[in-house]
Amino acid sequence: MPAIVRTPHPRERRIVFKNIDREGWTTDIDCYLKDGGYEELKKALTMQPQEIVSEVKASGVRGRGGAGFPCGAKWGFIRPGETKPIYLICNADESEPGTFKDRYIIHQDPHQLLEGMIISCYAVNARLAYIYIRGEFPLGAKILERAIQEAKEHGFIGKNVGGTGFDLEIYVHRGAGAYICGEETGLIESLEGKRPYPRIKPPYFPAALGLYMSPTIVNNVETLCDVKHIVKMGGAEYAKIGRPNNTGTRLLCVSGDVQKPGYYEFETGGLTMGELIYDICGGLRPGRKLKAIIPGGSSAKVLRADDRYKIKTKQPDGTTVEEEIGVDDIRIDFDSLAAVGSMAGSGGVIVMDDSRDMVWALNNINEFYAHESCGQCTPCREGSLWMQKITSRLLDGAGAEGDTDTLKSVADNIAGRTICAFGEACAWPTQSFIAKFRDDFVAYASKNGEKRSDSSKDSAPTEHKDGLPSMHSTGL
Amino acid sequence: MEIPQELADRIDEVITHYPVSKRSATLPLLHLLQEHFGYVSDEAITWVAAKLELEPINILELVTFYPMFRQSPPGKHHIRVCRTLSCAMAGSYSLLDTFCKQANIEKPAGKHHAHLLKGADGKYSIEFVECLASCGTGPVCMINDDFYEAVSEDSVPELLKKYQ
Repeated sequence: MPAIVRTPHPRERRIVFKNIDREGWTTDIDCYLKDGGYEELKKALTMQPQEIVSEVKASGVRGRGGAGFPCGAKWGFIRPGETKPIYLICNADESEPGTFKDRYIIHQDPHQLLEGMIISCYAVNARLAYIYIRGEFPLGAKILERAIQEAKEHGFIGKNVGGTGFDLEIYVHRGAGAYICGEETGLIESLEGKRPYPRIKPPYFPAALGLYMSPTIVNNVETLCDVKHIVKMGGAEYAKIGRPNNTGTRLLCVSGDVQKPGYYEFETGGLTMGELIYDICGGLRPGRKLKAIIPGGSSAKVLRADDRYKIKTKQPDGTTVEEEIGVDDIRIDFDSLAAVGSMAGSGGVIVMDDSRDMVWALNNINEFYAHESCGQCTPCREGSLWMQKITSRLLDGAGAEGDTDTLKSVADNIAGRTICAFGEACAWPTQSFIAKFRDDFVAYASKNGEKRSDSSKDSAPTEHKDGLPSMHSTGL
Repeated sequence: MEIPQELADRIDEVITHYPVSKRSATLPLLHLLQEHFGYVSDEAITWVAAKLELEPINILELVTFYPMFRQSPPGKHHIRVCRTLSCAMAGSYSLLDTFCKQANIEKPAGKHHAHLLKGADGKYSIEFVECLASCGTGPVCMINDDFYEAVSEDSVPELLKKYQ
């Protein structure tokens, strides 16, 4: 891939991205081996699988796909002495808008992913594993297939890996353009050859009833790479990187209105939002001011540039102190972003300056979710489309006076009422854009109202007795 | 529908990737057939169903669900422009318009999520797709399986020239 080659920023700490954009680096196994590749696998094969699980638990590493669930705890759900076959799936469906980190690992450093994956399979005793890669990465799929072939020729995959008696097959499985396949149970259904309708949890936790109703571990590309480095340095040492409960490094993807968008790797929580935007990404374009940030992929709740947050921070002596911070001061880690009401999600930071129309931006996001809802649950299938229709008609000059409230009520009635987290993912943007930029929406609606003049009288939303405006009366 | 031997062998090999359930091979088979024929015909759906011992509806419901599968032939070269937020902020809407103009594809007014659009001469087809996961280098597009980033509107004629 003709990637735009750039040198890492001095503040970065490159572990997973060590080989990205490296001079002379190729995807060949020889290149990887010459650089000490597969040494961690050899080390792991001398350990007991349970020891590796313990190291991963000790590392505290949290899943890098979006939910931030502790990887070791996930692995720990596999029952000791499990008699069913165990599967491992690498989630390489990277499709959360704003996220573009796994792309570089897959295209430039496939053997790092494979090494992490083989170690993980050995640790959880998975003998069959799949890399579920999004369909839009055809080259990435070819690169991975070739890498698997090379690893097989070197005895790292196949029968009797490293003479341990451990057999392992890894196959690449391509998706076909559906965002919902990034949701782990949807991914599993897709891999079973079905429509990717997510499964309800409980009972279908993948670690208990996953692929083919067997225990299955689904991990993100970056998380599986982290495993290799945890084996290398040991869980306790790895846990020293970053901050308590937010350990290790984090790949951040910055896009939108900054001078130097791109991908970076930092110690988790090692810098603030302001440092990321102004010091690392060169700030905004000349003459522009910050308006909004979506900090963790498009489903993360939007932050407003002049927001002030009261957060509690733990002191070394155990006491908590409340302090007020601005957007620039938010530390980029799981807990800090959760504390300001958003999330670190998948690490995709989208920056918007004061030239951006927030109704336009939300409409773009709403179009995405309306297109990607799998259609299984009514609130999401209908609601995501309703939200898109409302923001779209606001933009087209056909909005109604009460549209801001209608929009919010639709969003409020999706979140928490669906089988999978897509419901939240599609509701959070609308809820947060309205909470933070309500005036922008109201202004559109009233501007539209003037245009609609008399004809709008009978199309204003009417309140139902449950307080929910009727969708029919608003022309949806 | 003629399946060349090489493709048939590839299909048989791919099915072995799924020792637990042949049904899992549906998506890979559909990819292989679409790559070969350009789209997934009704005949292809019936063929995959027979091959995997499934009902045609099991295959059709996937073809209609997954955005990448097409039930009619695209242009000789197929262009996919990313529509999602970061690329849209970087100008992907206007990039799509430029592609349409330069590739002689008529675009209906006002429709954001138009279905696949094809020029009258059948040389190019185009569609908006959702996030291609390269938000830092938007606007991005794919032409056939080739990926292009930071695509300027000025570069469109040059790009199209590569795909005759």
